[in-house]
Amino acid sequence: LKGEKIQVKQPDKDKLTQLYRTMLTIRRFEERVAADFAEMSIPGLVHSYIGEEACATGVCAALRLDDKIVSTHRGHGHCIAKGADLNRMMAELYGRTTGYCKGKGGSMHIADFSVGMLGANGIVGGGFGIATGAALAAKLEGTDRVAVVFFGDGASQEGTFHENMNLASVWKLPLIFACENNLWGSTVPVELGVAVKDIARRAAGYNMPGVTVDGNDVMAVNDAAEEAVARARTGGGPSFIEMKTYRWRTHTEALWPLGDNRPKDEVESWKKRDPIPSLGNKMIEVHMTTKEELDVIDKEIRARIRNAINFALESPLPAPEDALADVFSSEGGQR
Amino acid sequence: MREITYAQAITETLQEEFRRDKKYIYMGTGPIPAMVKEFGTERIRGTPISESSVVGAAIGLAGSGFKPVVNLGMATFAFVATDQIVNQAAKITYMFGGQAKFPIVLMMTVGAGRYMAAQHQISPYSMYMNVPGLKIILPATPYDVKGLLRTALRDTNPVIFFTHVALSDERGEVPDDDFTVPFGQAEIKQKGSDVTVVALSRMVQESLAAARQMESQGISVEVIDPRTLVPMDTDTIKNSVVKTGRLVVVDEACPTCGAASEIASQVVQDERSFLSLKAAPKLVTGAGIPIPYSPPMEKFAVPDRTKIAAAIKAVMEGKGRKSR
Repeated sequence: LKGEKIQVKQPDKDKLTQLYRTMLTIRRFEERVAADFAEMSIPGLVHSYIGEEACATGVCAALRLDDKIVSTHRGHGHCIAKGADLNRMMAELYGRTTGYCKGKGGSMHIADFSVGMLGANGIVGGGFGIATGAALAAKLEGTDRVAVVFFGDGASQEGTFHENMNLASVWKLPLIFACENNLWGSTVPVELGVAVKDIARRAAGYNMPGVTVDGNDVMAVNDAAEEAVARARTGGGPSFIEMKTYRWRTHTEALWPLGDNRPKDEVESWKKRDPIPSLGNKMIEVHMTTKEELDVIDKEIRARIRNAINFALESPLPAPEDALADVFSSEGGQR
Repeated sequence: MREITYAQAITETLQEEFRRDKKYIYMGTGPIPAMVKEFGTERIRGTPISESSVVGAAIGLAGSGFKPVVNLGMATFAFVATDQIVNQAAKITYMFGGQAKFPIVLMMTVGAGRYMAAQHQISPYSMYMNVPGLKIILPATPYDVKGLLRTALRDTNPVIFFTHVALSDERGEVPDDDFTVPFGQAEIKQKGSDVTVVALSRMVQESLAAARQMESQGISVEVIDPRTLVPMDTDTIKNSVVKTGRLVVVDEACPTCGAASEIASQVVQDERSFLSLKAAPKLVTGAGIPIPYSPPMEKFAVPDRTKIAAAIKAVMEGKGRKSR
């Protein structure tokens, strides 16, 4: 793994603290969502990002506000890392009118176009084309904006993955394929689903650079992302980053009470490689921060999550007939 | 007034709109050479044969402020991109609570008449009518192509523009000015008083021919083309049925859950038009089979003026009720 050698080089306290803060925000958000889902105050389907926080955080830290990302069904982490508002996210999960989608989307369809988050996607492999289009738009406008498509190991078996890898390469688009290989496609292990050991090897087939990094090492992820983003901004075309990581929880929260079909020792060994204390401990080791400072960050985050819950609970549920709005965009929308 | 063909109407409308607004981007496997020459390969993009990713790219472009046009060729090829059309393009405005607009025009051909067999000929518009979030356009004349394509290109939503494969050479009068045909406005192609015939796409021409035959037998036929299926102008159809008391719906697509059955359903659900009926409505549709190759079988698979004329006579004799 390329990332294993990367240490806390060129200590930049602000940057590392920000990475730590983002990862921990995702963690605390997801913990609360899992708990609220279990007690049935959040309906529907929820896919937890716990364990994979370094992927979204490391990639999005390499992006500007005007860069675009396209996310997946497991999208809360991407939203938070790209700068979406926790209150409006939580309100959407609670099905409230103040949610990002006014309660029409829920967990799998959160989008915030104002921060370049072009949407989570309920269809595995459904978002590749949208990212291709966003990257093409950046190129046609002559900007140095880039687009990132997040997807899992599972999506790399979809036809759209291959079509869009090819199209991005043929058109030399500023697009980064950010593959979160969490080793399980739904409940099927990666070795039964993917013909190659490292999915990044597939990049060669589409004539683009591909690297495999430790997806639990936020610095390794960020380094790879910075390199890919720099290439994309300067006309070098698409890149592929495979991040080897692990989700701590079942494919969906609905499966949690039914039990995890993955080997216990596998789950435990990955939990020992928790990306958040991995970074925090390194920062303490090099005297960049203290445990007390990190605890203060945690307290602040917990307060923000509580605020988000309060915001959601105080927001109104939609009227049933609100369901009829927005089938078409209002301007030029007939019917 | 000048006459142009159905195919010319498509090309010149695209050219005119592309001149008007640089945000239009065309993608397809067979870009029109004149457009490549005029607008360049950045805007007129010859794509790999990758329907899913190209439709997906159109969604991403539209969400980024562009106005993409995707020519998928034949409607049969578009099924490869069904997820992108049905799960992505159609739902994205709604799912995201209307926070972004997705002006996308998807063009594809429908219909039989060219002996290309089942995988190159189909009329699937009713499938897409079942997908909220898509506007469904079905022009039958060069005039309607021009007016409706302008409206489609200027709309802010995903629009599927279905042209008929066998109408390319159909000629018709088209004015030079910047006219548009609004969505949701049916046209009475011929006025009449005894029977209302609602016809779709190429069946408009066949129905007009049948109407001429009927005229010589003293039967006055009103021919209506809804022109757009979503949104659909059911008022014009119902008002006509109130006047004539008889309804024939002609569509070459399969009969099950089709646009024709939807139109008949709208008429009988409306008390005013239902109570005006002097005979049960009759549908003249495709045979409900994949389109066969050999010419005698292909002709059998879709309606023609003879079958339409027979249906008109049947409702005139009130046979509709009994044949149910």
